[in-house]
Amino acid sequence: MAGIIGKKIGMTSVYSAEGKNLPCTLIEAGPCVVTQIKSEEKDGYNSIQLGFGEKKDKHTTKALKGHFSKAGTSPKKKIVEFKSFSEANLGDVVTVDIFNEGEFVDVVGTSKGKGFQGVVKRHGFGGVGQATHGQHNRMRAPGSIGAASYPARVFKGMKMAGRTGGDRVKMINLQIVKVMPEKNILVVKGSVPGAKGSYLIIEK
Amino acid sequence: MDKIKELANELTQVNEWPEFGAGDTLNVTYKIKEGDKERLQSFKGTVIQRRGSGTTETFTIRKISGGTGVERIFPLASPFLEKIVVEKQGAVRRARIFYLRDRTGKSARIKERKKYSTK
Repeated sequence: MAGIIGKKIGMTSVYSAEGKNLPCTLIEAGPCVVTQIKSEEKDGYNSIQLGFGEKKDKHTTKALKGHFSKAGTSPKKKIVEFKSFSEANLGDVVTVDIFNEGEFVDVVGTSKGKGFQGVVKRHGFGGVGQATHGQHNRMRAPGSIGAASYPARVFKGMKMAGRTGGDRVKMINLQIVKVMPEKNILVVKGSVPGAKGSYLIIEK
Repeated sequence: MDKIKELANELTQVNEWPEFGAGDTLNVTYKIKEGDKERLQSFKGTVIQRRGSGTTETFTIRKISGGTGVERIFPLASPFLEKIVVEKQGAVRRARIFYLRDRTGKSARIKERKKYSTK
């Protein structure tokens, strides 16, 4: 599960070789620096920590400064761990070169927060379906949430209104349309969670 | 936003087409794929709108075919576009002439734009 950290730039459309118009997301991915190597003996599991995006010195704590100077890099904004990276040394730079065109990747991001939303938007309920026949304020109501004296309670996990969005979302099997190594750009088919400028984890 | 446009320009090339706008009569020749054969087809009609910008810009053409209105949307960057010929420049007052959809016959005519010679 090699990977890279990136930033969402936005969406556009690109023509494939067959002339199909593909909806694509542009991702500014890498260059990332290996900031820590975790090992079975020392940390209990194997993984590699990557850092992405420059951070100002004055916004970095002394503890973190020490952590980054150990890897020989400047402070980084976003730090993510990746498991089973084939081979890496402290301070190595990971770029979009690890991806090939046509490959399928998973992209993890934080979806856009929607605030407190009703059951129609949050869970895709149908609503009442009609505005007449006695509905005056129940068009988007959830309906029944269970039976009466037995079980005499509402089951856990009942789909109800509440905070929507802002969750970690993984889009799986997105095809890479193009890799632009000189600009650190990844063009991926389909949409990706989150707002423009939000951080993404691209996993192989 | 600018970064998207900049990268999109790099990813897709838009061919140079003649200038045209709403009200103009175009003859568009485009490639059609049938199985693995390719042939050309043309569509002649009035431009009723241009939409979007840059590599994702499209235009809509409307014509009356056999008594029914037919509209086709072409992306300007489409690799299937072969040729665009501006046959007539129409004088219209707006950029999107959707009112054409409600009209037939005489009232659906568009005046030709007069060209003034520069002296």
